[in-house]
Amino acid sequence: MELLGLLLLAFILICALAVCLTRNLMVSIIILMSQSLAMSVVWILLESPDLAITEAAVGAGVTSLLFFVTLKKIHAIEGENKDGKAEK
Amino acid sequence: MAKLKSNYETSAWARFLRWMKGGGSGLDRSMIRSLGEEALPSQRSESEHLAIERAREEREKQDLERERLIQERLHAWSRSRGSRLVNALYRLSAIVVCIAIIYVLLSSVSELPPFGRAENPVNNEVSARYIEDGLAETGSVNIVGGMILDYRAFDTLGESHVLFVAACAVVLLLRINLDKDGRPTREKLDAEADDRKYEPHNDVILQKISNLIVPCLLLFGIYVVLNGHLSAGGGFSGGAIMGAALILYVNAHGLTKAGQHRLFSYRVYKALTFCALAFYALAKSYSFFMGANHLDSHIPLGTPGRILSAGLILPLNIAVGIVVAWTMYSFYTLFRKGDF
Repeated sequence: MELLGLLLLAFILICALAVCLTRNLMVSIIILMSQSLAMSVVWILLESPDLAITEAAVGAGVTSLLFFVTLKKIHAIEGENKDGKAEK
Repeated sequence: MAKLKSNYETSAWARFLRWMKGGGSGLDRSMIRSLGEEALPSQRSESEHLAIERAREEREKQDLERERLIQERLHAWSRSRGSRLVNALYRLSAIVVCIAIIYVLLSSVSELPPFGRAENPVNNEVSARYIEDGLAETGSVNIVGGMILDYRAFDTLGESHVLFVAACAVVLLLRINLDKDGRPTREKLDAEADDRKYEPHNDVILQKISNLIVPCLLLFGIYVVLNGHLSAGGGFSGGAIMGAALILYVNAHGLTKAGQHRLFSYRVYKALTFCALAFYALAKSYSFFMGANHLDSHIPLGTPGRILSAGLILPLNIAVGIVVAWTMYSFYTLFRKGDF
């Protein structure tokens, strides 16, 4: 358990650094999502499952979706054509 | 409005803007456009129309010229020695601030007591009372639920209002209103046309999977809300799960299909959130008033462990869950097309 906690904390640290350092906004949102998921596992290890549920739903789910929608609105997601149509 | 505008034109900020633009009129482009549209009567003759068009073109040309001038100034400034100095100072101060913040945070963390020790200052008589008497006083098996919705219910009321205020701010910023006479404005039509790009294109895999998952997620959310006083979770967690499930449904089936449900309209949202928050405030004021004056509040606590127990905690959980779920959904739709 100790080892798992340490691994998760290291993962969270690496994710937090990677979010700042990646240039692609889409990639950094996905990294933020995975950081939230690791955080929710940490909450379970700290014996607060209610926080884990909220973290998974809000941190990993809704927040990243809002980020995605906003980025798509301002055409900031790379891999899009100039006329705004997404590439399949 | 007219008075406001004249005040604006004489203000220091407007003069500063005029100076920035190199001695222009001091009105920015959107204001000029709105002025032009105000002056437009609905019935206009051909020649007037042409003249207005020409004036608008002239204005836009002027704007472009002004922008070019600003760009040139910026370019000249960025090549000067002053700008390099400012850049160096900026980087230096950024590094210094970073190091200072890291030092403060690390030093305060090192002062904290070690995690989970029995003689930590957190383990005082308050938490002891919550743990020992919580079940008898609130009737809630879930101590956390009893704490946040009974002992500290005003705290949770404030939290729900923070969420409500955030939703109000999003509505103020992003919602596109109808015309005064109830017709959709051009802005709104543009937003709807733009939104068609976001509608899913009959993605069969996504739709089938969401058909499987969404009911389970919704049920789980309802379970978490209703079981808030018995197991981990509560209004906020369950509401967040339900909101996420609704957003998944919208992503798979499109806003047009979800918008057909009456439950997800702006009016229902307003009514539901208001009712939930008002119920919360009234119920909690009542129980605080009675409890503070040592009166019998006539709210039965029930047998701990039953679904209908723990007094006010279950209805309060439902109220919070409704607010959170609808707010999550409305955030998503407002971000996407400015209305729902």
